[in-house]
Amino acid sequence: MEKFAWLIPLLPLAGFLLCVFMGKKISRNVLGSIASLLILVPFLLAVGIFIPFASSPDSEPIRILYLEWINIGKLNVNYSIQLDQLSLMMMLVITGVGFLIHVYSIGYMHDDENFHKFFAYLNLFVFFMLVLVMGSNYLMLFIGWEGVGLCSYLLIGFWHKNPEYNKAANKAFIMNRIGDLGLLLGIFLLYLRFSSLEYSRISFEAMQIPIDDPIIRNATLLLFIGAIGKSAQLPLYTWLPDAMAGPTPVSALIHAATMVTAGVYLIIRSNVLFTLAPFTQEIITIVGLCTILFAATIALKQNDIKKVLAYSTVSQLGYMFFALGLGAYSAAYFHLFTHAFFKALLFLGSGSVIHAMGGEQDIRKMGALKKHLPITHLTFLIGTIAIAGIPPLAGFFSKDQILAAAFEQHNVLFWALALGGALLTAFYMFRLYYLTFHGQFRGSHEQEHHLHESPKTMTVPLVILAICSVFAGFINIPEVLGGNHWLDRFFAPLLAGSAQIIEEVEHTHLSHETEYILMGVSVLAILAVVFYARIRYLRNGHVPADDSEEIPGYERLLANKYYVDEIYDRLIVKPVLAASSLIYRFIEVKVIDRIVNGVGQVIVIGSRTFRFLQTGNVGFYIFAMVVGILVILAANSFLN
Amino acid sequence: MEEIQRAFGQIGINHYLFLSSVLFSIGVMGVLLRRNFIIIFMSVELMLNGVNILLAAFSRYSGNQSGQVFVFFIMVVAAAEVAVGLAILVMIYRNIRSTDINALKNLKW
Repeated sequence: MEKFAWLIPLLPLAGFLLCVFMGKKISRNVLGSIASLLILVPFLLAVGIFIPFASSPDSEPIRILYLEWINIGKLNVNYSIQLDQLSLMMMLVITGVGFLIHVYSIGYMHDDENFHKFFAYLNLFVFFMLVLVMGSNYLMLFIGWEGVGLCSYLLIGFWHKNPEYNKAANKAFIMNRIGDLGLLLGIFLLYLRFSSLEYSRISFEAMQIPIDDPIIRNATLLLFIGAIGKSAQLPLYTWLPDAMAGPTPVSALIHAATMVTAGVYLIIRSNVLFTLAPFTQEIITIVGLCTILFAATIALKQNDIKKVLAYSTVSQLGYMFFALGLGAYSAAYFHLFTHAFFKALLFLGSGSVIHAMGGEQDIRKMGALKKHLPITHLTFLIGTIAIAGIPPLAGFFSKDQILAAAFEQHNVLFWALALGGALLTAFYMFRLYYLTFHGQFRGSHEQEHHLHESPKTMTVPLVILAICSVFAGFINIPEVLGGNHWLDRFFAPLLAGSAQIIEEVEHTHLSHETEYILMGVSVLAILAVVFYARIRYLRNGHVPADDSEEIPGYERLLANKYYVDEIYDRLIVKPVLAASSLIYRFIEVKVIDRIVNGVGQVIVIGSRTFRFLQTGNVGFYIFAMVVGILVILAANSFLN
Repeated sequence: MEEIQRAFGQIGINHYLFLSSVLFSIGVMGVLLRRNFIIIFMSVELMLNGVNILLAAFSRYSGNQSGQVFVFFIMVVAAAEVAVGLAILVMIYRNIRSTDINALKNLKW
């Protein structure tokens, strides 16, 4: 199957070209089906490569070189791919979830005038995402990294007639630039140290480097800045909530399941380097933990169904980084994997709700949707339970493994804070669930009349994702619950370098009793919080206050997202704009414009004067010619 | 015949130089001073032939044949130029009914 690996990224690219050039000529359903099929075939190919790879215990990473790209001096970069545990698992998530979201989009975008453009961008996104995870060197990763950023920009601003959405798209693009600069500098630094950009060579040579090498520390910090930008961590997270301006399938695919996890992929891919830099790891842990709590508290007070999910995504990405910082790379990937399913499910469910409500996104205007949208309700409930971390759904296992990793490193404070984040998650998710699907309907009469379950193309992906959300956790059941840590063992060759480095450090494993206690505490606390949310929003029928009403101080702080956007606006955006207008007024207008206009004026004045030389008198011309020749001859003999 | 050749052999390079300079100067003065454009045209030919004489003389003097080849080139080009130039002059004459070069003063700016 490996010899078909090149088809995996190229089929979505073919889909992109097809949608661009033929999009308007093909009927919508056919176009959507072709675009989806061009994601399904790569998925099947990826499965075909994955199964033999996973079933033999000593599989070596497969590296295939397709084309030489840059070969100057020591710099040697190729179009080559690397298929190993990490990239295969990522490919399965991208193409699998991507296919379901494509199918969903056929229904969701059916009435949009730019239907073909949407599928073109979506296919292009899948192409770049596959390049990102399949490449065998950092430059291939960088191509994919920039490409998905571009597609994210195009899709956030998809409804470009709304200037607010354009602003959101610009914001996402510009904030990602900050991170991308860090990534690029990090790659340069790695090249400086290793004279190569191939993952295999860097990981191999890094093993000879002692812990806390300054170049490695700086390079990992820079790579982490790249990851912060792409994966929406503090302090560059503000673009992700605004990115909800895009159509809902985009939020599900790009801003929940795949693109934003590119930062996590980058760090797992470079795990040897990060293990060599304990300082960077500490920073990652702290940034991740702050992001978990920061985003989760904001989500408590948001009233837009997609904004709640967006902040929830930021918070869950915080968990992944928290785990990466603790060195629990496979736990981070495990959470990425389960999160891709339940968050895509929740976003698509919210899309189904928005579809039924005729574009309404405010949960204060919803309620009692349970009886109108039975399938959406059930799948959304499954997603909510999964993300809240209630066993035996997916979120429980992955989150529990991260919490256990925190406790394992004797860090009770970190464990408690991360558990606090999990409780906040459970609360805001059930708040969202009860406000949307239970209680009284609070919208207008037309909306109530219009309520309907979504078409099959939308509900079938929901059901499949719900099934995955239930069972995805079973790939890594901990030993205490009778499992065998399949994912951890599968990832072991990938993380062998890191394991070898930290071998010297004393590593304690938790006793089974401790693990039981930890699980019990977190499950009981989460259930208590869910129960509290149930009383508050279901029995007491509490509805968040209207925007016009006065709300107490701390709630206002949360509802306004800690005023972070305003602070950035005041500290960065406004000064930059002021400086630009200053430069415009003094340098642009007074210096550059004057030089340019001056050149023009000199030529105009000069030609106005010198045109009188051309009298039209032929005798004069000939005379001037003869005099000219004589002058040249005289000058020639004089100079010689 | 032999006498003629000997007589030519006694003529030094200075004589040729003088002759061609005179011819060339007459040509220049004719171009500068005359107003009839057919005369100007003839003066130009005079200048060209002044140069031709010089080339032939130098060629003989230094025993290098390529100077004479050049002369033939110049004659061919001059013939072509005459064909084009005279055609233009005929057209101008048909338009302005005059051979005065100053009548073309409007060809400016």
